[in-house]
Amino acid sequence: MPAVILARSILLEARRGGLPWLAAASIVAGVALAAFLSQVAVTESLALQAAILAALLRACAVFLIAAQVASSTLREINDKGLELMLSLPLSRASQYLGRLTGFAGCGVALALVFSLALLPWAPPGAVALWGLSLACEVALVAAAALFFAMTLAQLVPAIAATAGLYLLARSMSAIQAMASGPLADSTLTGRIARFSVDAIALLLPRLDGVTRTEWLLYGAPSAAAWGAAVGALVLYALLLVAAGLFDFHRRDL
Amino acid sequence: MTRVQRPLSAVPPWVWGALLALLAAQIGWRSAYPQGSPDAADFPPPPRTGLLRIASLGEPEMAARVAMLYLQSVDFSGDRAIPYQNLDYLRLVGWLAAILELDPRSDYPLFSAARVYAEVPDPARARIAYDFVYRAFLDDPNRRWPWLAHVALLAKHRLGDLGLARRYAAAIQRQATAADVPLWARQMEIFILEDLNELQAAKVMIGGLLASGTIHDPAEARFLAQRLEELEKRGSAKNVK
Repeated sequence: MPAVILARSILLEARRGGLPWLAAASIVAGVALAAFLSQVAVTESLALQAAILAALLRACAVFLIAAQVASSTLREINDKGLELMLSLPLSRASQYLGRLTGFAGCGVALALVFSLALLPWAPPGAVALWGLSLACEVALVAAAALFFAMTLAQLVPAIAATAGLYLLARSMSAIQAMASGPLADSTLTGRIARFSVDAIALLLPRLDGVTRTEWLLYGAPSAAAWGAAVGALVLYALLLVAAGLFDFHRRDL
Repeated sequence: MTRVQRPLSAVPPWVWGALLALLAAQIGWRSAYPQGSPDAADFPPPPRTGLLRIASLGEPEMAARVAMLYLQSVDFSGDRAIPYQNLDYLRLVGWLAAILELDPRSDYPLFSAARVYAEVPDPARARIAYDFVYRAFLDDPNRRWPWLAHVALLAKHRLGDLGLARRYAAAIQRQATAADVPLWARQMEIFILEDLNELQAAKVMIGGLLASGTIHDPAEARFLAQRLEELEKRGSAKNVK
């Protein structure tokens, strides 16, 4: 299976590139920050620690994967490694999916390690759901970063586009709520702005509904709610894979 | 992650000098202008909850708690003779309301309102804090009754406003109807009218909350134990006089 070999080489590159050390540093920094802030809290000190650690680890997982995918892919493009791979008797779909599987594997490993770090602060069931959700979220980010890296072929634009998509997806629900609130402008311009916001939201995943800290603080969600939120994430990740494959097949290399 | 490097002696002396001088300048600059905690005068107006929600990037629980720590840092210096004397309480309550709206299940804003800000010696400011706790109680009585119960005791013992204390007590009695609400809270009006001093009432209340397992956070348990100790000291000082 050439795609599996490709995925394994991606995992090996991440390990040799120091990703495990960065993951460990993220956990140490998160625990230290949470412990420091909880010292000044007069109540909910344990909830504060869990919330800070979960939010920080989630952000670290996403940033590490986005940077890893973009830098690894662009290094391969710049070193003409991608051209060499394409000259081999291996379909473009296998090449793309093999790479993505490797990056998604890195994300799943990060999600697993970060979930284990949260176990002292939250019930195991809630942590498991949070971790599975984080794994799907990070796989989505890997798919987005691979798509942008392949399409834009420049490091900074690829990371910026991935970060823009991610941050917008996480804050879009709040932006929509503000746009349609009681203080919203009711003129034509206001209505056009609301419509535009709603239209953009249709093209984004609901990242504010997954990997929620409230699951760790107030108990796990219902299976149906969790399934719907994570299912939508998986659907969007598949959409990004399809878009990436579409673009990769059109590339004239 | 290993890479071959030239020896330190390969770095020109002027680069060494520049690095060390600029590092010293950075440390000196930061030491000369230390970042103090925000002062009451710098206390900004409360943000809209929508803006806080956008800024939280989908992490409202974390953002609410961090915002509470920020609020706590405003005028929270322990060396002040009368803490919070300069705070604009209308702004303060606006912040607390926005934070509570961000994470309605967090106890932090109401704990701070009832146990910290409502205990200010200024009656006008205290009443603003009481009113905030009362309005928040009405949104979720079965969860938020402990804070209103504490405020009822403050209204009776600190403010000497028995009418206000009875009003809050009646609200608890009428609206906190969950099975886990203790008997003394369900008969809050009688509890308020009983001839208990502040220490005795606080002992019944805090002791009851601790025994029922309502308080499980170590920082909160520590804070309440400290408050009881302060009340005891104040009571014994009065007896000596």
